[in-house]
Amino acid sequence: MNDAPAPAAVPPADAPQADPKLTHAAGEWKYTSPLLSCRFDPSGQFVFCSAQDNSVQRWNIASGQATALNAHDSWVRALAFNPAGNHLYTGGYDGRVFVWETAAEQPTPLRSLNAHDDVAHDGWVRAIAVSPDGKTVATCGNDNLVRLWNAEDGSLLNVLSGHTKHVYNVMFHPDGTRLISGDLKGEVREWDLATSEQVRTLDGGSLWKYDEGFRADIGGVRGIDFSPDAALLACGGISEVSNAFAGIGNPLVVVFDYATGEKKQSLVTSKKLRGTIWNVHCHRQGFVIGCDSGHEGGHLLFWNTNEPNEFFDFKLPNLCYDSDLHSDGLRVVTAHQDNVLRIWRMTAPAA
Amino acid sequence: MKCQYACGTAEHVLERRKFLGTIAGMAGAATLGAPRMVQAAMPELVAGDKHIIMIWLAGGVSQLETWDPKPKTNTGGPFRAIPTSVPGMHICELLPHTAKQMHHLAIVRSINTKENDHGKGAYCMTTGRKQEPVAQYPHLGAVGAKLLAPEDSPLPGHIHVSAGGSGGSGNDAAYLGPRYSSIVLGDGNPPRNTALPEGITPEADNRRHAFRASVNDHFAKRRRWAESDAFVSSFDQARQLMERRDVFDVSKEAVKDQERYGNSEFGKQLLLARRLVEKGVSCVQVTHSNYDTHYENFDFHIEQLGEFDQPFATLVADLVERGLWEKTLVVVMSEFGRTPSINQFHGRDHWGTAWSVALGGCGIQRGAIIGKTNDNGTEVADREVDHGHLFHTYLSAIGVDSSGEFDAGGRKLPMADPAAAPITELLA
Repeated sequence: MNDAPAPAAVPPADAPQADPKLTHAAGEWKYTSPLLSCRFDPSGQFVFCSAQDNSVQRWNIASGQATALNAHDSWVRALAFNPAGNHLYTGGYDGRVFVWETAAEQPTPLRSLNAHDDVAHDGWVRAIAVSPDGKTVATCGNDNLVRLWNAEDGSLLNVLSGHTKHVYNVMFHPDGTRLISGDLKGEVREWDLATSEQVRTLDGGSLWKYDEGFRADIGGVRGIDFSPDAALLACGGISEVSNAFAGIGNPLVVVFDYATGEKKQSLVTSKKLRGTIWNVHCHRQGFVIGCDSGHEGGHLLFWNTNEPNEFFDFKLPNLCYDSDLHSDGLRVVTAHQDNVLRIWRMTAPAA
Repeated sequence: MKCQYACGTAEHVLERRKFLGTIAGMAGAATLGAPRMVQAAMPELVAGDKHIIMIWLAGGVSQLETWDPKPKTNTGGPFRAIPTSVPGMHICELLPHTAKQMHHLAIVRSINTKENDHGKGAYCMTTGRKQEPVAQYPHLGAVGAKLLAPEDSPLPGHIHVSAGGSGGSGNDAAYLGPRYSSIVLGDGNPPRNTALPEGITPEADNRRHAFRASVNDHFAKRRRWAESDAFVSSFDQARQLMERRDVFDVSKEAVKDQERYGNSEFGKQLLLARRLVEKGVSCVQVTHSNYDTHYENFDFHIEQLGEFDQPFATLVADLVERGLWEKTLVVVMSEFGRTPSINQFHGRDHWGTAWSVALGGCGIQRGAIIGKTNDNGTEVADREVDHGHLFHTYLSAIGVDSSGEFDAGGRKLPMADPAAAPITELLA
């Protein structure tokens, strides 16, 4: 198996440009259980999604064929690929992380990442990221830890501790020297991978609230992404919560100036939607996409980072809990509560 | 000298408690309309011998995330079931510490109160009755205090330890009268107005009390009546309560015990509950907030049950170790459960149709499972019971004939809903 990173996808100069205002349905696939997470594989041949029946489904976009990946004993929220695209990592609320061959005819786990017994984390695994060189895998979860693994043999390399709440997200800096992790309190930590030391903390506290009435935490860094030039870091979630247990709050993306660590912009909605940003993507054309769900349904929200309000709000037909941006920069996939995986295309519809 | 007209009468006790209630922050208005004499038409229990600890999981804890998990079904959610210390009994993985104590506890999995409203559900579960516009029924803690608290106890018989708030009193004793209303320890703090005012030393207070006593004695030589004796007695009782203020101070417990219960607010409150029971308080309610999880039910249950599990398991083990388990009825309940169906916000909504409580201790069979729900928890499949059956069972467990009556000013009022009966197979 070739684990080497694929050459960076540089779109040709005459490649089609995405225009969010032209977003339209480009395909859908109906499953039998509400969907949780979704990812395009790097080749763009498949979309993987997880569901409330504990399975991961692989959907061949061209043929419509679906294949189940069954190994987890709970919901799977974390899906990630190595840069070469031949390996899929799945992380579940059973604390386990499995490695799969992406295109296997009859998928079975190649291995699991085990910190002890057969689990990678005690409690839920929330997110997985693979380093740009494909050599290191980062996982995080409800044990408040980030773990680094050797992608080659699955051995545990290091444990990054310091978060005081569940760690919701991890992401490698595009140059591979740093790792970013974000937790329930909106605390964003930067780690130097050469020393495994924490370098600094970015304040995403507006993505968290301790609700005194309900005596519980709400919020967290639900989505995270670097801009392609790594100048900006976007973190999405819920803010201004007025009722935690009804999920009454507003979607928010906090955009940090990565060099200074200062907040550059808070991306909000012009209509004060009541919802949560479940994932966020920094598009190579400079805009930010937020996948929002809440009391006004599902939305794909599009912002320019120099303006607080969205420049386009695309209403989705149902609530969605995850999204992914295709490597062509033209398609977005969304995983929906009504069991449907939907692909959207941000170009003019074919004649 | 025992006075023939004042001592031991219900009027005396009522007036004295009214005063004590004021000291402890009870609302005087709560006395309005209350019958002046309430007696249990049944043999007296050995006062102070038994206790009730009610743990109230406010907002409605999910039965699927606690006592009746349904993993790998369309309603089960992400959590797995784990084995317990009772062979064949499984509970949710969010309760690993409690799982090790289940051989002391029992589960009722077949509750159908047909009530999905917070207030009405709470009323059902705490009084054993449906809420009616024309009648008020007393809270389990008030009933327990009436039946279990020694007449001469300087401590309140019914205490509610709650999160938040500055303390006060509940108006939850209905026809039993304010004597049995809950004294609320907001944030686990002692009752209000039980500390000496700033600037008054104990010596000054003693002089003040001696002066008052001499004036009272002088007054009593010429015009002694029941109310004046009640007034004097109330001051004496209040002083006793103030002298026992450290009863409410959980920091007086051994450090190792504080460590075992943990540093969380709920852990301290459960340790306080144990302390109050050991000091002779008959009924203690501890409220843990909040479980009304219409949104992100699973995240919130991780957080809330993460606070609940270890301290609760410690309490159970502790009461067993200290020989208090057989004397103390412990009930974990809510106003209702939560819907088996997972809503579009990954939440669960109100559900009184098929849900669970856990209980144990005094009079309760260890390791029992009463009733069951169907495969995905959408309905009761066996031995349906409701709040009425549970209330009868609580009273039976503490040794009371639950078909008995209270005599409220000449009116005979059934202690529990006459249409229901105890769950006899749950009783030890």
